[in-house]
Amino acid sequence: MPGMNHLITYTGLGVAAWMFLVGLYGIVTSRHLVHLCLCLTVVQASTYVLLTVIGYRPGLPAPIFTDWVQAGSLAVDPVVQALMLTDVVVEATVVALLLAITVKIHKRTGSTDPAAINVMRG
Amino acid sequence: MPWSNILTPAPIVLPLLVGAFLAGVGGYLPRRLLDGIALLTSAAVLVVSCMLVHASAHGTIVHWLGNWRPALLPQTGKFFPVGICLAIDPIGAGMSAMVGLLSMAAFAFSWLYFEQVRSLYHTLMLAFVAAMCGLCLTGDLFNLFVWFELMTAAAVGLCGYKSEESWPLLGALNFAVVNTVGAFLSLSGVALLYARTGSLNMAEVGRSLASHPPGSAFLLIVFLFVSAGFLVKMAVVPFQFWLADAHAVAPTPVCVLFSGVMVELGLYAVARVHWVVFAPSLGTAGEQAVRDVFLLMGTLGGVIGAVYCFSQRHLKRLLAFSTISHVGLMVMGFALLDPGALSGTAVYMVGHGMIKGSLFLGAGILLHRCGSVDEYDLRGQCGNLWLLGIILVIGAVGLAGMPPFATFYGQDLIHDAFARAHRESLSAVAVIAEALTAGAILRFSARVFLGWGERQEASSRGSPHVPMDSETAGQHDKTPFGMWLPAVLLLALASGVAVSGQFRQATDAASRHFQQSEKLAAVTLESMNDVPSPRTSPAPVQFHIETPVTLALALGIAALALFPRVLGERLNWVLGRGLIAAMRPLRRLQSGNVSDYVAWFAFGIAGYGGLLLWWHR
Repeated sequence: MPGMNHLITYTGLGVAAWMFLVGLYGIVTSRHLVHLCLCLTVVQASTYVLLTVIGYRPGLPAPIFTDWVQAGSLAVDPVVQALMLTDVVVEATVVALLLAITVKIHKRTGSTDPAAINVMRG
Repeated sequence: MPWSNILTPAPIVLPLLVGAFLAGVGGYLPRRLLDGIALLTSAAVLVVSCMLVHASAHGTIVHWLGNWRPALLPQTGKFFPVGICLAIDPIGAGMSAMVGLLSMAAFAFSWLYFEQVRSLYHTLMLAFVAAMCGLCLTGDLFNLFVWFELMTAAAVGLCGYKSEESWPLLGALNFAVVNTVGAFLSLSGVALLYARTGSLNMAEVGRSLASHPPGSAFLLIVFLFVSAGFLVKMAVVPFQFWLADAHAVAPTPVCVLFSGVMVELGLYAVARVHWVVFAPSLGTAGEQAVRDVFLLMGTLGGVIGAVYCFSQRHLKRLLAFSTISHVGLMVMGFALLDPGALSGTAVYMVGHGMIKGSLFLGAGILLHRCGSVDEYDLRGQCGNLWLLGIILVIGAVGLAGMPPFATFYGQDLIHDAFARAHRESLSAVAVIAEALTAGAILRFSARVFLGWGERQEASSRGSPHVPMDSETAGQHDKTPFGMWLPAVLLLALASGVAVSGQFRQATDAASRHFQQSEKLAAVTLESMNDVPSPRTSPAPVQFHIETPVTLALALGIAALALFPRVLGERLNWVLGRGLIAAMRPLRRLQSGNVSDYVAWFAFGIAGYGGLLLWWHR
C-alpha cells in the first residue's frame, strides 16, 4: 500500500521535526542543567526517529537472517540501524560528559541554573 | 603496496592507539616519558601527513578500509560503494599536517608549562588529534559526523581540564551543548541525503544527486543542515558565542589547537561537502544563493568578531575574538566559490594557524611569568620580557597580512578574487576587520610592555576580568628556552612557508583539484587513475593598496586607543560615550548562558535557511 507507506514516512518526519524543536525549546527555557541535558537527549532522539523512518520498509522483517528469514531476502535497511547504534554510543559519551560537568559545576558554584551561574559576560 | 596501506590511515590510527595505551598504563609512567611519547606521536602524524601531501599531489588517494572496495552492481552496471573510504587530497592532508605541527608545538610547550599534569591530558590530546585528522581525511559523510563528535568530546574534556575552577567548567558546558545541537542537525542532514541517495559515500552521494537532481530548495536546506555543526564549530555569527567562553578558559597549549586548526576544520568540512556533494547538482541559482549567504556570514563574522576583539582586556579572549574575525575573512574567501580565492583561503589558513598558535603560546608565557593576561593589571609590568613583546607585535603585523607572512600571500589572492567578482567593498570589510584585530594586539603590547596609555580604563567600559591563576603554579622568574622555541619557530615558519613560489603553486593546483567533483567520483568509485591538475606558475604578487592601509589603520587605531587625549577633550568624550553605548548591547549578548546561545543557534539556522530560499529565486 503506497499510500500507507507515505503516511508512515511523513508522520515519522513530522515527529522527528517536532521532537527536534521541542528539545530546542526545552534547552532554551531550561532552568536546571540536568533538565537541559535531558532536553539535549530529546533533540538527539529526533535523529533516532528520523533514521528509523528512513530505513523502514513496510511489511518487511528485521535484517536478522534465521531459518525463517532467508539470507538475501528483502528486509528493512540495516545501514541506518548501524548509524543509530553509533549515534547512541557517541551521544552517550557526550551526555555523560555533560552530566559530569554538571555535577562539578554544582559542587563549585552550588547552583545548577544556567542563568544564575553565568560569570562570563562581554 | 603494503607499506602505503599501513601508513595511509596512520594519522588517525596511531594517536588513537597511543592514546588508549597511555590511558591504560600512563599512571605508572614518569611524566617526561608521557610527554616524550605524546610529542613523538604528533611528530609521526606530521611526518606521515606530509608524505600524504606529497603522494596525493600526483592524484587523490582513495583508501578502502578493510579493503571493502566498491562492488559492481549487475542490475545497473555501476560501481556502488559498500565500504568506508578515506579520500585524501593535498588540502585535506595539508590540514592534517597542520594538526600534527600545532599539536607538536602544544606538547613541546606543555612540557615545561604545566607543573603537574596527569596522563589524562595526553590521552585527551591524542584523541583530539586523531579525530581532527579523521575529519580531514575521510570520504564518508557519516564518518564526518562521528569524527566531528569525537573531536567535540575530546575538546570539551580538554577545555574543562582544570575542573577545580568553575570557569573552565562553564566554558566546556557551553562548548559541548551548542556544538552537539549543531551536530544533531548535521546528522539529520546526512540522514536525509541517505534517504535520497541510499549511500553515505560523499562521491557517490554527489554523483547520485547530480544524476537525478532534486529541487534546489531541498538541496539548499539539506546543505544548510549538514553544514550546521560545522558552522557552529567555525564560529559563524550568530553561532560564535561559545568560542570565546571556551578559549578564554581552556589550558593555553590547548588553545593553540582550538584556534589554530579546529575552528578552521569546520570551514574545511563545509567546503569539502559543498564541492563533492552539492556543487554538481545545485545549479547556477543555487550556487548564487550559497555565495551570497556565505558572503553575508563572512562579513558579519569579520566585523562583529573584530569589534568584540578590540573591546577585550583579557589577552586570551582578545585572541579568541580575533579568531572569529579571521575565520569570517576565510569564509568570505570560500564564499566566492572561485579556485583562486580558495587557494588564497588555504594559504591564509596556514599562515593564520601558525601565527595564532604562536600568539597563544605568547599568552601562555605571559601567564607563566606574570600570573595574569589582563591588559590593565599588567600595564608596564613586563618591560623585561622584551622578546615576548616582539613576538606579539610581529604576530599582530602578520595577522594584519603583511609580507612576508603567508597571510599576505593568501590575502593577496582573495583581494584579486574580490576584484574579479566586482565586490571591492568586501576588501574594505577585510581591511577594517584586520586593522581592528591587529590594532587590539598592538595596543595590548604597548600597554603591557612599554607602559603606554592610561592607567585605568573608563569604569563602565570594562570587559570581564577572568581570574587565571590556576593554570601554572604562581609566577616564575624566568621563562625556559623550551617555551620560547615553539612560539618563535611557528612565527618563523608562518613567514617562511609561502615566500617560495613552490608552496603557492602547489596550493593553487590542489585548490583547482578540490573543486572537480565529477573527477573525484570517478576516482573514488571506479578506481580510475587520477590526473593531478597541472601546476601553473603562480600569479605575480600584485601590489594591493589594502596592505599598507591595513597596517597604517592598525597603528592608528592602537595609538588612538592608547592616547585618546590627542583628539581633544570634547571629541574624546563623545567617542568614548559612543563606544560604550555601542558595546553595551553587544556585551549583553555574550551572556555566558548556554540557553541564550542555543536560541541564537535556532534563530541563525532559520535566518540563513530563509535567506538561502529567498535568494535562490
